[in-house]
Amino acid sequence: MESQRTYFADALVHLGERDPNVVVVGADTTESIKTIAFGKKFPDRMFNVGISEQNMVSVAAGLAAAGKVAFASTYAVFGAAHTYNVIRQSIAYTKLNVKLFCSHAGLTTGMDGATHQMNEDIGLMRGLPNMAVLVPADGPQTGKATIAAAERPGPVYCRFSRADFPTVTNAEDPFEIGPAYGMRDGSDVTLVGCGIMVSRCLEAAEALAAERVSARVMNLPTIKPLDLKALAKAARDTGGIVTAEEHTVVNGMGAAVASAVAQEHPVPVEMVGVQDVFGESGDGFQLLEKYGLTAAKVAEAAKRVVKRRGA
Amino acid sequence: MVEISDETVRGLEETARLLRRHILKMTHQVQSGHPGGSMSACDVVTALYFHVLRVDPENPTWEDRDRFVLSKGHACPVLYAALAERGFFPVPELMTFRRLNSRLQGHPEMGTTPGVENAAGAEGQGLSFSVGLALAARLDRKAWRTYCLMGDGEQDVGQTWEAALAAAKYHLDSLCAIIDRNGIQQEGRTEEILPIEPLADKWKAFGWNVLTINGHDMRQVLHALDEAHAHKGQPTVIIAKTTKGRGVSFMENVVRYHGAATSDEDLKRALAELGEVMP
Repeated sequence: MESQRTYFADALVHLGERDPNVVVVGADTTESIKTIAFGKKFPDRMFNVGISEQNMVSVAAGLAAAGKVAFASTYAVFGAAHTYNVIRQSIAYTKLNVKLFCSHAGLTTGMDGATHQMNEDIGLMRGLPNMAVLVPADGPQTGKATIAAAERPGPVYCRFSRADFPTVTNAEDPFEIGPAYGMRDGSDVTLVGCGIMVSRCLEAAEALAAERVSARVMNLPTIKPLDLKALAKAARDTGGIVTAEEHTVVNGMGAAVASAVAQEHPVPVEMVGVQDVFGESGDGFQLLEKYGLTAAKVAEAAKRVVKRRGA
Repeated sequence: MVEISDETVRGLEETARLLRRHILKMTHQVQSGHPGGSMSACDVVTALYFHVLRVDPENPTWEDRDRFVLSKGHACPVLYAALAERGFFPVPELMTFRRLNSRLQGHPEMGTTPGVENAAGAEGQGLSFSVGLALAARLDRKAWRTYCLMGDGEQDVGQTWEAALAAAKYHLDSLCAIIDRNGIQQEGRTEEILPIEPLADKWKAFGWNVLTINGHDMRQVLHALDEAHAHKGQPTVIIAKTTKGRGVSFMENVVRYHGAATSDEDLKRALAELGEVMP
């Protein structure tokens, strides 16, 4: 189990050393989100604007307009939702080089409850033209996503968790914005996960194997632009897809995948995720159980897909 | 303070009349757009583009240029008119305003129109954007300055005040905000819709250097911009008291002309008042 925030913070410091144009704007969460490490090393390039997230986004846009690679970073509920129209006008419409990196996404935010559990941000962000949307699976991938975002011109949204996640990728694994990454091969069904649900898809595949269901597992860290080719191939090869995300199923990764599959190569799709409800206070991992974001639920969905598809 | 010659002032006043005529024609040809708030801001924009800003129409993205951020995006007719007359794009292009495939969008789009520095339309974002620009200039140890023109309606917006706090925190003396205080927003008088007075006291309390001027007195506008430049350690806000629809008798202080173009008949009268020589 590793902290995505730590990898994000380390990557930021690395970027800061490499490029004097990298700057960070925070909103009174710099300690919690760990951007303070960048601030300590590069005090001139860190701007904490207090609890003013709309201002944070536009300040980052102004910095980017003058040639900076501007990271804006806070909790997802404030950074992505409170600020939506500012993101739309100040960074998506303008295509400015702002990297919106938001922690505390999803149910695993835990005890703080529904007001802080952002389960709708993927939907908000993928709806914006020009915006790339990243959901790294674990710590190492979060670090790589940070570097990749800095290297990509234009706006990027990246969401990660407050909780430590099981590590499912290696330091040597490649990472680019765009591709889906195969985690396990299989022929009966494809389990597509993002964020913490990648580890749960792997667990589900293991359980399914015991029941003689061969499940392919794909880690989909880039929700936009979507890897249509890999998804179409998965649909063709395995004939059915299960998506799993720590986000509402209404308009998140699963909805994006289902829409793509419907157009590219229609096959049965089942979605595991938050079922159009708000969360509540509690331990983050107990919440995942209560709201059905488990390996068991992924495996059940896989069996439904296989049944729907027929022999 | 540099003395400004009568000739300079007269020249700028003549340019402002020309820009006002453009504003009326641009909004008339498409029967759409916001003439009132464009005309109230016209003298300030003229002073900036024809006397103050270091910009290069041949190289709109010149690194060391001064930045002008139009936060009240609906007033873009005055910006487009100034940019065209300053040589950023051909003057006849003004008549494509708001039409399909035009580079002159209904509200400013960054990257499309040469010389436009920001996207605006949703009110209240420009000052924060300007704070980011001014921070970048400081980081790079550059001398270019940032000017942000806001509407008084934007004083309703919370983000404006978030930006005000941030600019004061960072002592951004390369930032000069100007409020086009014409007293009218879309649905009526600002003091009836959402009272914002005492406005100068608010900005003072937020840590800004505050100058209040007659925004149609070219000499006062130039002096204030000069004073803002000289002021160190704080950002400056110029509250420019203006008249919505300024320059055309029947448009002045009329709420309707916030977002309504003139009729054919009224356009003729208006242009005559603004000294258009009829062919």
